[in-house]
Amino acid sequence: MLAPPLRERLLKPTDVSHPDHFHRVVDCQWACPAHTDVPEYIRLIAQGRFTDAYLLNRESNVFPGILGRVCDRPCEPACRRGRVDEKPVAICRLKRVTADLKGEIAHRLPPVPTQKNGKRIACIGAGCASLTVANDLLPLGYAITIFEKQHEPGGLMRTNIPAFRLPTEVLSEEIHLITERGVELLLNTPITSMKALLERGFDAVFVGSGAPRGKNLEIPGRYSDPMHVHIGIDWLESVAFGHITAIGRKVLIIGAGNTAMDCCRTSLRLGATDVKVMARKPLTLLKASDWEMEEAMEESIEIIPCHAPRDFVLADNRIQGMNFDIVEYHEQDGKLRSSTLDSSFFPADDIILAIGQENAFPWIERDIGLEFDQQDVPRVDRGTMQSTRAGVFFGGDAAFGPENIIWAVEHGHQAAISIHKYCRGEDISVRPPIAMNLTSTKMGIHEWSYSNSFDTSMRRKVPHVSLTERFKDIKIEVEMGFTPEQTRVEVERCLNCDIQTVFFASKCIECDACIDVCPTACLTLAVNGEEDDLRGRLKAPANNHKQLLFVSEPLTQTGRVMVKDEDQCVHCGLCAERCPTAAWDMQKSLVKIPYAFDGQSGPGSESRQSGR
Amino acid sequence: MTFMQKPKVSHSKLPRNELGLSIRDYEGSMSTLCAGCGHDSVTAALIQAIWELSIEPHLIVKMSGIGCSSKTPAYFVEGAHGINAVHGRMPSIATGANAANRNLYYIGISGDGDSLSIGLGQFAHALRRNVNMLYLIENNGVYGLTKGQFSASADVGSKAKKGAVNNQPPIDPILLALTLGAGFVGRGFSGDKDQLVPLIKAGILHNGFALLDVLSPCVTFNDHEDSTKSYAHTRRFDRPAVRTDFVPRKTPIQTVCEGGEAIPVELHDGSTIVLRKVSKDYNPVNRDEAYRYVQEHQKGGEIVTGLLYINEDQQEFHALNDTVSGALRDLPYAELCPGSAILEEIQHLYR
Repeated sequence: MLAPPLRERLLKPTDVSHPDHFHRVVDCQWACPAHTDVPEYIRLIAQGRFTDAYLLNRESNVFPGILGRVCDRPCEPACRRGRVDEKPVAICRLKRVTADLKGEIAHRLPPVPTQKNGKRIACIGAGCASLTVANDLLPLGYAITIFEKQHEPGGLMRTNIPAFRLPTEVLSEEIHLITERGVELLLNTPITSMKALLERGFDAVFVGSGAPRGKNLEIPGRYSDPMHVHIGIDWLESVAFGHITAIGRKVLIIGAGNTAMDCCRTSLRLGATDVKVMARKPLTLLKASDWEMEEAMEESIEIIPCHAPRDFVLADNRIQGMNFDIVEYHEQDGKLRSSTLDSSFFPADDIILAIGQENAFPWIERDIGLEFDQQDVPRVDRGTMQSTRAGVFFGGDAAFGPENIIWAVEHGHQAAISIHKYCRGEDISVRPPIAMNLTSTKMGIHEWSYSNSFDTSMRRKVPHVSLTERFKDIKIEVEMGFTPEQTRVEVERCLNCDIQTVFFASKCIECDACIDVCPTACLTLAVNGEEDDLRGRLKAPANNHKQLLFVSEPLTQTGRVMVKDEDQCVHCGLCAERCPTAAWDMQKSLVKIPYAFDGQSGPGSESRQSGR
Repeated sequence: MTFMQKPKVSHSKLPRNELGLSIRDYEGSMSTLCAGCGHDSVTAALIQAIWELSIEPHLIVKMSGIGCSSKTPAYFVEGAHGINAVHGRMPSIATGANAANRNLYYIGISGDGDSLSIGLGQFAHALRRNVNMLYLIENNGVYGLTKGQFSASADVGSKAKKGAVNNQPPIDPILLALTLGAGFVGRGFSGDKDQLVPLIKAGILHNGFALLDVLSPCVTFNDHEDSTKSYAHTRRFDRPAVRTDFVPRKTPIQTVCEGGEAIPVELHDGSTIVLRKVSKDYNPVNRDEAYRYVQEHQKGGEIVTGLLYINEDQQEFHALNDTVSGALRDLPYAELCPGSAILEEIQHLYR
């Protein structure tokens, strides 16, 4: 018998009945804010079922065509394939394939009842968050009114993302799928007073007005030549609406986030020939996504790190360029500190400031029970999306400052659930549970209902329009999308993480067959211990603490436990194939994410019910 | 049987041995034995041991006869030499090969049928000649390839899958080997790799004939309740008499020997095995005591495992026969084949 203190420190058998356990195994789905069922849609693409794949996507992320081009892709850094052979599956680009190749879908969306339920919802801003709220609430009979200050819907997707990355037709198509199903869309209608809006008798209000204020750079010379110093997001908006069509030859972009990448590439298309992105931080710490930087560099844009802006240089009130401090960084007490080494002048005809943006609510009165924190950001509950005033909900960048489209979509889903509960007088803090279904994929001897052979192919690269062609028109989309042949290869790179290795401890005879056959040394039969000790005793180093260990119940013959380190499992199914007693089975997990419209027939509902 | 191929992908942080090879580099082709067969675990233990010893694959010769066990050589170290001999005749082939090239590592894999029935004579004589090899018997008490008849190692009273009872006394390879004078006698269990891997390493490096009897349950024909060779039965009656730690060359053994009653035995290549008694009245360097201990426990139905007897001082095959020091292929042709005049002289000596 072990001494009680030690016994208590032994790892407890993993609770696989909790839906999160197998959900976490599907790294991409777990990392996606909207929990898109990635492996399943990739499988549908592999089967040529593009429309089904699109609808499955749409159920969770609402804008597959848009997100398949410009998503921040939190799924890809999480993808297991990246741990096994360096490059993740091109999940985002495969999403675009579903949008490119889909058939008719309008008839498969959940029907919008002609008989309304009598509740009226106001959404402020026609961006991705508000559109998601509308999408989720329309099938329930709500009357949705969207107020938009611009003359076209889309929010930052239209104003801040250049057309060469996101064609306007793609954008408009997916917006129309929502707005043309009975939304009252009021364009050119900015809300100037929340108080006035609240007095109009809406049953709930959703604020999805984004983070529309670009940060400024208060250094000497900032306001001396306003025609040639621009705020990034405002400038992109003017370009999107055709108000600005040209820029000087030499352009400096200040800041190195994704907005900076859009600004520099847009400049090239408006006549600039020498564009430099000036970053304060070293290259490894820049905010822009790696792929956006790669694409900028492909267009010969120079990214210059460790240059902090000092002042604007002018002659006769005309911008000549900018002085920078060249800085060096070192770590001190866990904080990054900089010291100035030198300074340097860079000439420029135009300078674009892309150093961040924030949400701003000059139109919300501060005496209506809607609290703001010290940073002047509204207090919003992360779970319900409700503000401190009952019936007023926030989502997207308006809620917690700039995040990204896929987060805004998730906010929209949660806000829709809250609004539906709120309008029925239910407690919105009680959230509908996430459920999990498991179905065996065993078809017969040596037969499994998924493609379990490991394809050694490397990640496919999306073809781009040639450098000689792409600058001719700002509307020419640079990425051409995967070819059919590329798609065929890329789908097979997916490791099917949703086909779970499910272990039944009572059936195990401890013959070691699974352990011996596992190609990536994930399994170990071990005497139980504390986590750190156990991780050190596994067949292969289990150093990735982000990946939980699976620990079985003690086994009948020796009392040891079966331990699985999920980190590099390729879900090939050989453990189940070699198991003489079916103690291992490969089972398809289906995470059931709740939506406001649950119970209504519609997108993907067939797939959800059939348990695929 | 598995039709699926083991994918080429491996764990990205798999450790490498002295040769820079990962354990995956020591695999063979995919096993076609029944799922859960003990033999596959023995294969995995062999791969593990050979990888840990950092033996170059081309210096290994794997040999076998006929039977489920004899398929094993196909499943480990793809880059090694190998031969699949006639039923029970592997010891002769191994003896011949070893006579021709003494510089290789010989690993013979056999079964209870191949060694204790049809090949018993061959087995006994290879042992008696002290051929420098690891002779590993995958022992499951049945003829699996012919659908599960009792083999010569089946225990009295053991029941076959369909209920027939065995009444003939078993041949125990351990007692037999001790009687015949083997210098290395060990028993392991396919379900206990912690014990088996060091036994295999010691057996490969032992200078002479190393017998390893490995209980390796037949999951299809002999893993039921009334079987005495099942996983459950073996685990229940397994009585390790001695624990074996393998200490590679150049590693100070003091750290391993601390405390307890430990007997270090230096092997031919400079590495050491440290034997630790589990049972107080057991002595792994005394043949008579080892014999008595194993036999006494066997009467009670217990299975004694571990490195049961070792003697590194016995002369192996080449020393006994005063052969040339290197491999025959390294001899100059004139020396290897001195011509008909010399042959005539030799023949004259016998007239």
